[in-house]
Amino acid sequence: MKLAEKNMSAHTLSHLDTLESESIHIMREVAAECKNPALLFSGGKDSIVMLRLAEKAFRPAKFPFPLVHIDTEHNFPEVIACRDKLAADLGERLIVRSLEDSIKRGSIVIKDESKPRNPFQSVTLLETIAEFGFDACMGGARRDEEKARAKERIFSFRDEFGQWDPKNQRPELWDTYNTRVHNGENIRVFPISNWTEMDIWEYIGREKLFIPNIYFAHEREVIRRGGNVIPVSHLVQPKPGEKVEVVSVRFRTVGDMTCTAPVESTASTVDEIIEETATSRITERGATRMDDQTSDASMELRKKEGYF
Amino acid sequence: MNTTTQLLRFITAGSVDDGKSTLIGRLLHDSKSIFEDQFSAISKTSEKRGMAAVDLSLLTDGLQAEREQGITIDVAYRYFATPKRKFIIGDTPGHEQYTRNMVTAASTANLVVILIDARKGVLTQTRRHTYLASLVGVPHVVLAVNKMDMVDYSQARFDEIVAEYKAFAVQLNLHDVHCIPLSALNGDMVVDRGDSLDWYKGPALLELLERIEIDHDVNTSDFRFPVQWVCRPQSEEHHDFRGFAGRIEAGEVSVGDEVTILPSGRTTKVKEIVTYDGNLQTAFAPQSVTITLADEIDISRGDMIVKTDHLPPKVEKGFDAMLCWLSESPLDKNRKYLVKHTTRTAKCLFSNIDYRVDVNTLEQHANPTVNMNDIVRVGIKVQQPLVFDSYEIDRATGSFIVIDEATTLPHAGGGLGWG
Repeated sequence: MKLAEKNMSAHTLSHLDTLESESIHIMREVAAECKNPALLFSGGKDSIVMLRLAEKAFRPAKFPFPLVHIDTEHNFPEVIACRDKLAADLGERLIVRSLEDSIKRGSIVIKDESKPRNPFQSVTLLETIAEFGFDACMGGARRDEEKARAKERIFSFRDEFGQWDPKNQRPELWDTYNTRVHNGENIRVFPISNWTEMDIWEYIGREKLFIPNIYFAHEREVIRRGGNVIPVSHLVQPKPGEKVEVVSVRFRTVGDMTCTAPVESTASTVDEIIEETATSRITERGATRMDDQTSDASMELRKKEGYF
Repeated sequence: MNTTTQLLRFITAGSVDDGKSTLIGRLLHDSKSIFEDQFSAISKTSEKRGMAAVDLSLLTDGLQAEREQGITIDVAYRYFATPKRKFIIGDTPGHEQYTRNMVTAASTANLVVILIDARKGVLTQTRRHTYLASLVGVPHVVLAVNKMDMVDYSQARFDEIVAEYKAFAVQLNLHDVHCIPLSALNGDMVVDRGDSLDWYKGPALLELLERIEIDHDVNTSDFRFPVQWVCRPQSEEHHDFRGFAGRIEAGEVSVGDEVTILPSGRTTKVKEIVTYDGNLQTAFAPQSVTITLADEIDISRGDMIVKTDHLPPKVEKGFDAMLCWLSESPLDKNRKYLVKHTTRTAKCLFSNIDYRVDVNTLEQHANPTVNMNDIVRVGIKVQQPLVFDSYEIDRATGSFIVIDEATTLPHAGGGLGWG
């Protein structure tokens, strides 16, 4: 009996290995069943984890899908540089479509340049899906990020307008995923749905993943506005009366420069970030995403419009 | 957090207003897993609604429509960790019309916490959810008799409910049932033991969740490997590489093992177990790996690799099953549907609909019309053979879904050869 128990514990997967295997299984189902999938890749930490998972799912072969980035052109330059480097290092195809293209076409009308561009990403994403005929887009969204995301299936179905209908989601039993859609409809697939912010950092540490340096503590010019620490950039300038300070900060999420706030931190290694994450009393997006703070249902509303 | 922390998935189920969301809120709150910004958001909302205390159920009701109506429509997933384990909680809806969402959450869970209001005892929805949990094969059940504060923490009342519940559960395929008296509102026996339930000597809920043994939730004896994707790089470096990628659904496999490919029945040996992190000598469920074989054999997605000297699965074009019908349109015996089982999808027909189970009485009603949320015993004929185990032996190779080809909607989920 003693021996049997010992053998059993040798065959127990850690939570990180369990999550990894689940994500690989999901990616392979997409590759095997969908006609023309894509992997949404922004150069942020979650999508960098997605790339490593794709390597684990498909190597020694190439990825059976391209990487796609919808660029708001308000992204941090360090993140864009990381995006290009990782895609090139892997030798995988990267498709970039920009909000500027949609603005030129007239499908996006920007009234205020200082406002976040995230809501408009859906427009360019849907145009890109139509351009390439993608039937499934994999994204690095996680359920622990936000309460609307906490409700979403791993395979999330969107109608021809890209809309999510949260009151009428399809059943999703075991991990026997239904991948069938009509022409024009598509699926958003979230292979890391069940990962938490902590899991992501532990995985980045374990796999020694290269991530943009703005995730680590650095000195930055910021202003304080409405309870948030806001980075000064060409898009965000101090208003009269606001004081520019130089503070040691790091980003917990990276997105549009106008709506992503860093947190004050001196954590300069992955281990130090893990320690900070373990003791943080504020959620990841709660501290850093001003676009989520506008109402109780900002994310749900954006997802209904086609956001991933 | 050490690297061997295990992951436990559980759900809460039970009737409307039995306090499921409050229990989850209490678990998160007392295990210090609620963040300040989340707490201040729900405090504000509670205050706006004129509530005296913070309503912890607001933590999981994430949709506008849910907050508006004060009900849970769809499952919300929450994550928390203690030094002993990581947890994924599914907070499931209690209303009967959302049963399919409850089934969705139950299908991936190791454990279900069935809540009962101590004043009301065992209700229809208690039986329904217990039955569904056994139908989708949840290995462990915790009966949480909640609102003990409303019955003066009476041991006699607790014993009465437990006796009634166990009399029902014993008729189902449930082997591991634990019963705990608690008060989610006051926090008794959730994380802390409290002072009011001294007569109860068993573990508090969190302690049980941390300790319950889940290694055997996956079948560890008979190797089952449904081929998901054939890996053929066709690059110069890997010119002849032909690997079969998939997830081990049961058992383990080693290099050199003799294996049989089903349904063809051809045999060969395992040459390599390939992973990104290097080749393995042995791999086990639920690892995702790529297997190469000693001989060139025609194998594609949907085939299953098993060990030759292990208990063979069934390979058949027809089978009996129990299923839960999930679609608004009733089952039509004249129509063809699709069945997806492991990685194989095939056309199917319902050859017979034997009976519907009344989940309250477990009575069987012959020749039923099959409507949404009904649980029925059926016979299914499939266009190509499926490679399967009985659901009782293996959840992964004994479960299937039915898809409507015309609407692309999933219509049912069920277990093979069960009941």
